Amino acid sequence: MSPAADIATIRALVRRAANEILRVPGAAIPGVLAPTIFFLGLSAVFGNLIELRGFDVDSYLSWLIPISLLQGAGFTGAATGVNLARDIEQGWFDRLLVSPAPRPVLLAGLVLSASLRSLIPAAVLLTVGFALGAHWPGLLGLAIAVLLVMGMGTLAACWSVTVALRFKSQSAAPLMQAVMLVAILTTTAYAPLELLTGWLQEVARYNPITQVVDAIRQGFVGEGVTLAGTWPGVVALAALVAALAALALRGMRRTAY
Amino acid sequence: MSPRSASEPGPAARLLANLRVIGALGRRSVAQTFRRPQLMAPILIFPTILLAIQTAGAGRAVDLPQFPEVNGFLDFMLAGAMIQATLLAGNSGGIALAVDLEIGFADRLFAAPVSRYSIILGRLAGTAALGALTAVWFIVIGLAFGATIEQGVPGVVMMILFVSLSAIAFGGIGAAVALRSGSASVVQGLFPIVFVILFLSNAFFPANLLLEPAKTIAEYNPLTFIVDGVREPVVGSLTPASFAEALGSIALVGAISLGLSALALRRRVRLGG
Repeated sequence: MSPAADIATIRALVRRAANEILRVPGAAIPGVLAPTIFFLGLSAVFGNLIELRGFDVDSYLSWLIPISLLQGAGFTGAATGVNLARDIEQGWFDRLLVSPAPRPVLLAGLVLSASLRSLIPAAVLLTVGFALGAHWPGLLGLAIAVLLVMGMGTLAACWSVTVALRFKSQSAAPLMQAVMLVAILTTTAYAPLELLTGWLQEVARYNPITQVVDAIRQGFVGEGVTLAGTWPGVVALAALVAALAALALRGMRRTAY
Repeated sequence: MSPRSASEPGPAARLLANLRVIGALGRRSVAQTFRRPQLMAPILIFPTILLAIQTAGAGRAVDLPQFPEVNGFLDFMLAGAMIQATLLAGNSGGIALAVDLEIGFADRLFAAPVSRYSIILGRLAGTAALGALTAVWFIVIGLAFGATIEQGVPGVVMMILFVSLSAIAFGGIGAAVALRSGSASVVQGLFPIVFVILFLSNAFFPANLLLEPAKTIAEYNPLTFIVDGVREPVVGSLTPASFAEALGSIALVGAISLGLSALALRRRVRLGG
């Protein structure tokens, strides 16, 4: 297939995913509603943590918003895998596999749609967050947040596609969601590293997603966006996406045989 | 009133038959949950993950001056995890009932010569059993990771009792929505609402430390009283007042949810779907 045909295939897959949102708006609601409810709920519940010595932040909303943005992207990416599992169960994916479209192109269509869809919960969360008083991160901070949220959507989609291709059943949905939830929450989600206790402090220290959280968070609660505060998150996310995309592609290649 | 024929079963036999139906459907409900990861995950896996992460992530909260006297944050969080699992068990039970309606299995049950209410009660009995199971699960986890149940064995029994009764009360909401809508995806849509109710109670943090408006709402949320009933045997001692408030709140939620379920069932049977 020519590059133009590849691009047309990717566009068709992205458009199909977008159609689902337009034709079944209810399907997008949990992906938008859940992170928003978690954002509002957790800030109301744990908001007083900023009174702790060492928690040098004046707004827990600003502290939490990067986590909720990543959660939204994680849920959206996981939904891509659930939808793929449904397509596998119903036989629609088999028809894609017998088409002349190369496997990487099919994967690109799936993950790109997840990446774009992750902007929907992000837009809702940012609107709610700013309305309630979360700090404005500046245009550069916002751009970095958006870029990393799309990267997280891609990462979650690669993971959920890998799981969907392995189990070929929507029953595997909890695995797709739980791993993303754990990856995002075992960071400095609730409090700074020094205030985490027990095992979580060690896990958060080495969890690469902590770097991603920090890179988004610098615009919301830090002194401002810096290169030193950004590149570790970008590199960590790029490495994770590369590794999981390779796994997903391996799954794609094995599925036909 | 016509005399009862010799072949017609008496009240005792009918009660026994209904209890058998409730037992059989309750067992089916539990087995079904264990066989489907989508139903099991929200009940045990997600609340356990959240318990572990929130306990370690917000554990320093016990250093806040207004935080109540507890042995550790895990002791405080156990009740929240149990009630969270119970609410989600009620939701999962509703989803399973809606699936039964979607695939026509429930219609076959409704056509059987048994009380239709016992069919719904069977589903709720399964939810209650799952509630008891989650209570035991979190008690074991809590004890394994250093929590102390101040009131000992009587406290454990009280916790399991409250959690099981809460499962029936909240399961009734899932059943009512399932019977009214007949759609699993509609019941699934309750999932975020479960968290709204939890966040607006003292399930994860003391009510006096919540931010407004959650703080004020939590003071009147029946779930707060239920959580207190489950928490107090762990962190101190359950007072008669807390016991009565917890039981009263469960009764209130149960009366509303079971009433709504009965209405939805009658409507479904009358309209045929």
